[in-house]
Amino acid sequence: MATVETTNGNRDERTKRDANEFTDRAILTVEKPVIDVQNVSLFYAETQALHDISLRIAIHQITAFIGPSGCGKSTLLRCFNRMNDLVDDVRIEGDIHFQTASIFAPDVDVNTLRRQIGMVFQKSNPFPKSIYENVAYGPRIHGLSSRSELDGVVEQSLRQAALWTEVKDRLEESALGLSGGQQQRLCIARALAVDPEVILLDEPCSALDPIATAKIEELMAELKTEYTMVIVTHNMQQASRVSDFTAFLYLGRLIEYGRTKELFVQPKKKETADYITGRFG
Amino acid sequence: MTVARRRFMGEMMSWFTASSVALLLLLIVGLLGLIAWNGVAHFWPRGLIEFELTDGSRLAGELHESNDGAFGSGARMRIKTGNRDFTGSDFRWIPESEIALRENPKDLFLMERAEWGVFIGRITGLQKDGQPLARSPEEIGDTLPALLASKRAERERVEDFERRQIGDVNVAIEALRLRERALARADLPGDQKKQRLAVIEEELSVQIAHYEELAGALDRMRRALAAETLVIENVEGREKVIPAADVIRVLKPNEMGWRERFGVFASRGIEFLTDEPRESNTEGGVFPAIFGTVMMVLLMSVAVTPFGIIAAVYLREYAKEDFVVQLVRIAVNNLAGVPSIVFGVFGLGFFVYLMGGNIDRLFYSDALPSPTFGTGGILWGSLTLALLTVPVVIVATEEGLAAVPRAVREGSRALGATQFETLWRIVLPAAGPGILTGLVLAIGRAAGEVAPLMIVGVVKLAPSLPVDHHFPFVHLERKFMHLGFHIFDVGFQSPNVEAAKPLVFATALLLVGLVLLMNLTGIITRERLRRRYRTSAV
Repeated sequence: MATVETTNGNRDERTKRDANEFTDRAILTVEKPVIDVQNVSLFYAETQALHDISLRIAIHQITAFIGPSGCGKSTLLRCFNRMNDLVDDVRIEGDIHFQTASIFAPDVDVNTLRRQIGMVFQKSNPFPKSIYENVAYGPRIHGLSSRSELDGVVEQSLRQAALWTEVKDRLEESALGLSGGQQQRLCIARALAVDPEVILLDEPCSALDPIATAKIEELMAELKTEYTMVIVTHNMQQASRVSDFTAFLYLGRLIEYGRTKELFVQPKKKETADYITGRFG
Repeated sequence: MTVARRRFMGEMMSWFTASSVALLLLLIVGLLGLIAWNGVAHFWPRGLIEFELTDGSRLAGELHESNDGAFGSGARMRIKTGNRDFTGSDFRWIPESEIALRENPKDLFLMERAEWGVFIGRITGLQKDGQPLARSPEEIGDTLPALLASKRAERERVEDFERRQIGDVNVAIEALRLRERALARADLPGDQKKQRLAVIEEELSVQIAHYEELAGALDRMRRALAAETLVIENVEGREKVIPAADVIRVLKPNEMGWRERFGVFASRGIEFLTDEPRESNTEGGVFPAIFGTVMMVLLMSVAVTPFGIIAAVYLREYAKEDFVVQLVRIAVNNLAGVPSIVFGVFGLGFFVYLMGGNIDRLFYSDALPSPTFGTGGILWGSLTLALLTVPVVIVATEEGLAAVPRAVREGSRALGATQFETLWRIVLPAAGPGILTGLVLAIGRAAGEVAPLMIVGVVKLAPSLPVDHHFPFVHLERKFMHLGFHIFDVGFQSPNVEAAKPLVFATALLLVGLVLLMNLTGIITRERLRRRYRTSAV
């Protein structure tokens, strides 16, 4: 079980116990976790970025990570599909289970893991290729080569990402000609094309205008029936609008984790309350 | 300093920098203009002037230059008189004070010949086997064009016969000789060896008989070609008989209109681009040099692109950024500054002697001691230049790779692509424009380079192109001609520098044009590649 430590020295024993109880309860509500984070600590060279984090991600739910900049929410997200492997000098302690097995086990193929756990980035990053090729890229590298099957996957993924009607007549045009919101939905379609179990969204709307943001949020609500989603956001309204569970991280520690409705209405911890009421962040 | 003074200084600075740029542009435009004007003017037919001098002698020619005598030598003019077979030189300076009479007679001819250069004078007779074909000037004027056209066609047929039929037999005989030599050295029982040798001998005698037959035919063709002759006469009345087949072009510039002159101009231009050189490169065309230059640059590109890209990919994508990589990068950059002649010497030692020598020993030992690859050739020239330009490609490719955003790479990795898949399908295509920039720079540098080529395969006159109809069609071991070297050779090594000077300008213009064309192709491809995926984003 997670031990939540707080950084503030004059926090008393009682609040500490409350926090423990609350976190425990949040974990228990997630009976069949898709991702099970067990005592994860992460170090960039000598700097510790995550401190002993444990939480469970519920299947077919949206989990939001909130917290001020630099609190480690993106870092935690990038542990799930082992994107931190690409960064030099990163060391991870603890364990993360995806479905039933540890993602760090030696027999795990990281590229297969990343197919199962897709990711959408903060800044839309379409490949400098056509719209069609962007979506077909993932299936292609995972061995799909028949044109008719690819056509089907591309259409289905673009439909799922609510982009099909906008781009169906210009699939061969450059993806970089799309608007920012369309590019981000294209990135979602690209992630969906390899048929993942989980989709990680790393502040997907931070570069978008409110209308494009609303579209993405709508899309997430629709995708929830088939996919498990984890979203990092520093927009608390967004977290409260879209998510079922929310984790609040602060300075590399998991402060509070629970059902979104409860966490936003009745935060158990003072930091959480301070943050969601906008007193710091 | 006061505000006004500070502002003044700033303004001065901007004027100073702008004027440097303007000066530079002026120099470049001036240089290109000079080359273009002199190069193009060479093909334009000028009027002919006939002079009578105070001592009673006469001469005719094109006015090429007049000098107002500012340096005390008196006003004088430089006349291209041609008629090298009579006077020994093509040009003559005449002081204006010695001119008694000056006129522009309409019946004066200018004749370009296959030998002895230009003739200026009149045509007085037309004969076939010593019998006159035409007598009066009108009759000559009527029959001459058709005769010259048929002779030109006949001459081309003879040259073609020489190159194809006789060339084929020569190749066959050479191949048989090589087999004979190989057999003589082979380790076989005596009678078997004799038997095979007899077979080859027989084939050889058949081929030699065939050759004799063809040589006889060629001789007859040549004699028929030389049957018709022209009697030509210079303005002083000196006569000469030349074969009609030697005439390349006859014109009467003084009675030609603009349109006719333009026709001559165009036909001379085309001859320059498509013909082979004559008269030790001072006349005729430069086609073999164009061909050699383009082929060498293409071969160089084929060699330099993969090597440059692979090296850049390792340095930028795989190698860890440490001291050794930095050192390699510095070394690569310094390689670009090594004088090109040093690369030439290296190419001679490494490619020609070491690699070529070993290839000869392994695969062409029958032809030794005459070298096949063990001497300069277009392959070694291209590889030497590839070595010379590889730093340019590496640096440009590295910059192209560095410009591919990390986010795009991560996007690919997050879909489960390996590093290699990401590199191959995403990063390299995106770095395409950068790679092409490197190639464009490399081509620009390689096309203009002469010094290293002089020791690894360029020659003044190559007997045959590196591509022909003999198997294996592409002959990478052959020596080749190159426009840059052609400029040097014609301008500074030729026996008749004065007459060849305009050709130097024309060749220089062509070289500049060719480099421009190749660069433009690269730049257009690059822009198309860029535009394809970089439409206004966001």
